[in-house]
Amino acid sequence: MNGLRRSPMAFGIVLFAGLLVVGTGYTAVQAAVSPSTSATRSQEQVDLGKKIFLSNCASCHGKNAEGTLNAPSLIGVGEASVDFQVSTGRMPGAASGPQLEVKPVQFTEEQISALAAYVGSLADGPSIPDAAYLQANGDVSKGGELFRINCAMCHNALGAGGALTQGKYAPNLMGSSEKTIYEAMLTGPQNMPVFNDANITPQDKNDIITYLKYLQNNRSVGGDELGNLGPVVEGLVAWLGMLGLIIAITIWLGAKSN
Amino acid sequence: MSNSVNTQKKNGFLAGTANYVDERVGVGGILKEFGRKIFPDHWSFMLGEVALYSFLVLLLSGTFLTFFFQPSMAPVIYDGVYAPLKGAHMSIAYSSSLDITFEVRGGLLMRQVHHWSALLFVAAAGLHMLRVFFTGAFRKPRELNWVVGFVLFVLGMGAGFTGYSLPDDLLSGNGLRIIDGMMKGIPFIGTWVSTLLFGGEFPGHAIVGRLYSLHIMLIPALILVFLAVHLFMLVIHKHTHYSGPGKTDTNVVGYPLMPVYVAKAGGFFFIVFGVIMLIATFFTINPIWNYGGYDPSPVSAGTQPDWYIGWLDGALRLAPTGIEFMIGDYTVSTNILLPLVISLLFLAAVAIYPFVENWVTGDKREHHVLDRPRNAPVRTAIGAAGVMFYAVLWAGASTDLIATNFKMSLNQVLVSMQISLIILPIVAFIVTKRVCLALQRKDREIAIHGRESGRIVRLPHGEYIEVHEPLDPHDLYKLVDFKDYKPTLARPNAKGKITVAARVRSSMSKFYFEDRIAPATQTEIDEAAHHAHEIEAEVQKAIESSK
Amino acid sequence: MSEKSKDVAKQSGVYSDHEYDAGLRVIHEDAVANPGIEPHRVRMTDKSEKHEKNAVRQVAALFTISMLGSALALWAYFAFPISEDLTTVRVNTLFLGIGITLGLLGIGIGAVHWAKTLMPDNEVSEERHLTRGSDEKRAAAVEIINLANQESGFSRRKLIRRTLYGALAFFPLPGVILFADLAGKPGANPGDKLRHTAWGPGRRLTLDPYGFDSEGIKPADITVGSVFHIIPKGLNPDHEDYLEQKAKAAVLLVRVDPADLVESEEKKGWSYQGIVAYSKICTHVGCPVALYEQHTHHLLCPCHQSTFDLLNGCKVIFGPASRALPQLPISVDKDGYLVAQSDFLEPVGPSFWDRSVKQ
Repeated sequence: MNGLRRSPMAFGIVLFAGLLVVGTGYTAVQAAVSPSTSATRSQEQVDLGKKIFLSNCASCHGKNAEGTLNAPSLIGVGEASVDFQVSTGRMPGAASGPQLEVKPVQFTEEQISALAAYVGSLADGPSIPDAAYLQANGDVSKGGELFRINCAMCHNALGAGGALTQGKYAPNLMGSSEKTIYEAMLTGPQNMPVFNDANITPQDKNDIITYLKYLQNNRSVGGDELGNLGPVVEGLVAWLGMLGLIIAITIWLGAKSN
Repeated sequence: MSNSVNTQKKNGFLAGTANYVDERVGVGGILKEFGRKIFPDHWSFMLGEVALYSFLVLLLSGTFLTFFFQPSMAPVIYDGVYAPLKGAHMSIAYSSSLDITFEVRGGLLMRQVHHWSALLFVAAAGLHMLRVFFTGAFRKPRELNWVVGFVLFVLGMGAGFTGYSLPDDLLSGNGLRIIDGMMKGIPFIGTWVSTLLFGGEFPGHAIVGRLYSLHIMLIPALILVFLAVHLFMLVIHKHTHYSGPGKTDTNVVGYPLMPVYVAKAGGFFFIVFGVIMLIATFFTINPIWNYGGYDPSPVSAGTQPDWYIGWLDGALRLAPTGIEFMIGDYTVSTNILLPLVISLLFLAAVAIYPFVENWVTGDKREHHVLDRPRNAPVRTAIGAAGVMFYAVLWAGASTDLIATNFKMSLNQVLVSMQISLIILPIVAFIVTKRVCLALQRKDREIAIHGRESGRIVRLPHGEYIEVHEPLDPHDLYKLVDFKDYKPTLARPNAKGKITVAARVRSSMSKFYFEDRIAPATQTEIDEAAHHAHEIEAEVQKAIESSK
Repeated sequence: MSEKSKDVAKQSGVYSDHEYDAGLRVIHEDAVANPGIEPHRVRMTDKSEKHEKNAVRQVAALFTISMLGSALALWAYFAFPISEDLTTVRVNTLFLGIGITLGLLGIGIGAVHWAKTLMPDNEVSEERHLTRGSDEKRAAAVEIINLANQESGFSRRKLIRRTLYGALAFFPLPGVILFADLAGKPGANPGDKLRHTAWGPGRRLTLDPYGFDSEGIKPADITVGSVFHIIPKGLNPDHEDYLEQKAKAAVLLVRVDPADLVESEEKKGWSYQGIVAYSKICTHVGCPVALYEQHTHHLLCPCHQSTFDLLNGCKVIFGPASRALPQLPISVDKDGYLVAQSDFLEPVGPSFWDRSVKQ
């Protein structure tokens, strides 16, 4: 017994045990925080993705996606990030401006999947959401409540978008797809915070998507929505539209008839 | 055209009724006095009517709403037809507003009519006030009516604010939160005022009910009283009119009340109502169902009040960073007090302006002929500066919308507005005054020399001239009939002392009148006409001799 | 006043018995004379019977359109019932609105057209009189007031007059004080309530709106770049003071890289492994400071754009706010959930007069 305690192997055993505990513990915690990261990606996809990456992305993101002065590292951002950025046209990124703009999409779906597979293969990260949560068949009322608490302060209660500091902004959500919305919440693009699954669960995300889809598909019962920009636009319409029309009528009213 | 029998019968019925009423109320006298009262006809005189008629629409649509709205803050769980709010916690006030919108036929229409009408009411009142200002209609004997109108404008703002806070939705609730924060910042009594208003801690359960009492009872009653005074004074003073042929300070030129004005002004009510109804049918306003019931935790991007409160919100936003300071252990919330004081000073300046101008000019006569804005350059420039000040504050309330929609930096937009608030009114003053003086010079030129006719003539000695057509005397009169003032020196009073007031008055009169263009006189016009005849004679001679 | 201007005053007839000072006004003796009202311009409807008949038909047509519009509205009210399908609400509103609009505009435009085309449009002049009463009337009024004064003895009887003023000054005061109970029961100092929130030692942090339904949040749930909107565990929407408590207790929970955090000496133990909790209630006028920019670590309030630097104790870096957001000291309880160490150490939300007075 005494000998074993002092054995040089003891250190190795303890170290190994420690690593095992920490490693599995960490993985378990990570798994709780982000959905399954083992996507079904084929080696073909990864290879195609690497090719596309090297010719389109490496100049800013580095040959091994390790990042450069111009762009951050993509190791660990996961397939969801790539899918979001590239399928909305934000990536490949334009040179200047306070934040990435939506531009025409430059790649086909196949190419985007390949890119995502490649980046996803570099390290574990948020993966493409399960289609089950993209059906917009959740609780629209719950979704509305969560949207107002977590999203409306930047994107506006109707998803019309809003201002951030120094020229940044939260975009209008009325044209976004279910997948895009989910991935944005999951990955927290640019200055948008990350809404991981411990904060907004996959069911919650589905609820929020259901609410946004409801807004997208149901025009206002009151008539034209005036961009959903609120009292400022309503005031402009009152002055320029109503008062303007009425003044035109008063000029007719006061003019001498022919 | 009309059958004499029918006429007789109709006259019989009408005459009978008129006789019956006159024997009991004496309306004959009223009809005689007011039936053919003369009102001048100009479109700019109808802005006050637009405000009046919008107010009537507010009363009508508002009465409908009071039968369905419940001003209680008691919590309830929504069980109506709007799916995205099913099961949500909210107050009864919010829930009844949703019911009006989705479950009462015409409820949504009446809500929208009411809210659009409110925006129009204050806008028309404001534009009317600007018309009165820029035409000098506030001069004697109408100074008191200006103050009454000012009170009406402020009451209108109050009515609007209390009104849009009634549904207890997220957007207006945040507005109340801001009011609460502002009140708390008042020195000494701040927390007391806040507690008094909300019946305890914010948000409490009382505020919507209290705003309701203000909104449907107290403020409309005050508006009606002040409106009655406003219109009564209008009848006593008779309406003003623009200068023109046949119009003087001792008459009023226009059309009789019956039948022309009854038809035009009466018809105009239906037109204003119709326009409001048109907009309310096709354009959404205040979609409260999207905001959710008020909760102090969530907030929507683009949180602005209705437009007429915008200038106050803008004043809050434009306050510089970190100007709060301490006196010992006590906090002086300058970041709130500064916007508050500046707003109150602005309102005070608007309210007392007629008295200031009256004191400077010392003109004690009654004025019933209006000024064209160009003929009172400094007053017009002051008005332009005031409008610019208000407009920058108003724009200040939408800095975040400007930033998002025009792709600018929020921070840069705000800083430019802070600078504009000081610079732009000054620029507006200078530019407006110069433009007015230039227009006056042009008018004088046209009055004396006539209009350029486009005919160029070469005189025998080689000079080219453009022939001017003299003005028709009716058009001419419009250009030359305006009041002309000159500055005064400070004079010693009976005791031989030059008082501070006299000095101030003298410098203000210089400020107002040192740059002045006098109206063209008959002498100048005759001289110019004589000169023109000489040239015309020369031209004729030249034409004759060339034949 | 010069002789000449007195003449002008006399000329205008109405002013003949009062000579008002024209002040700084320059009266030009050779001003252009008023040419009188312009001659009446004859309208087509005055000249031609055909045009007159047309105008009559137009007015009648407008009134008819109005009737049809009102009828449309009446019909639409019943023809388009509303149900849970919200498009029915839109359709009902639309047709009701169009009908009423036509009903109103028809009358309005018809009446104005009638006045403009068919009613006489000769401009008429009516003389004004001075607003002030005539001298006789004023003298009579003064006499009446004097008589009333004499008969009541108002000026003479100082004691009566002064005690009357006193009574009139005092009687409204009870009416004013009646409104004091609008404040509810504020206690000695309403500011006291602002010094305490629902947070206390060991109170768990939970996600808004699950306060009463969730166990809490564990540090590992929060990744760098996240923002969690927090309320104290146990806060229940069914409680009477739910919103009042929430209005003070709403908190933002954010995780940053601990190396980036700049913490003052006294607040060093308030964060937990880079997780910080700050009051969500803006110190300007109380809106929720809800916008978090993940990369810049700025908190932005949407109401008046006050901006706070999360890495630097939420100091104000832009906008009209003055004070930093109060920080909630947090740690972890024995079950591993994030808890508050205590209540906020300063009042949350907008400043008030005696905010910093030691209690």
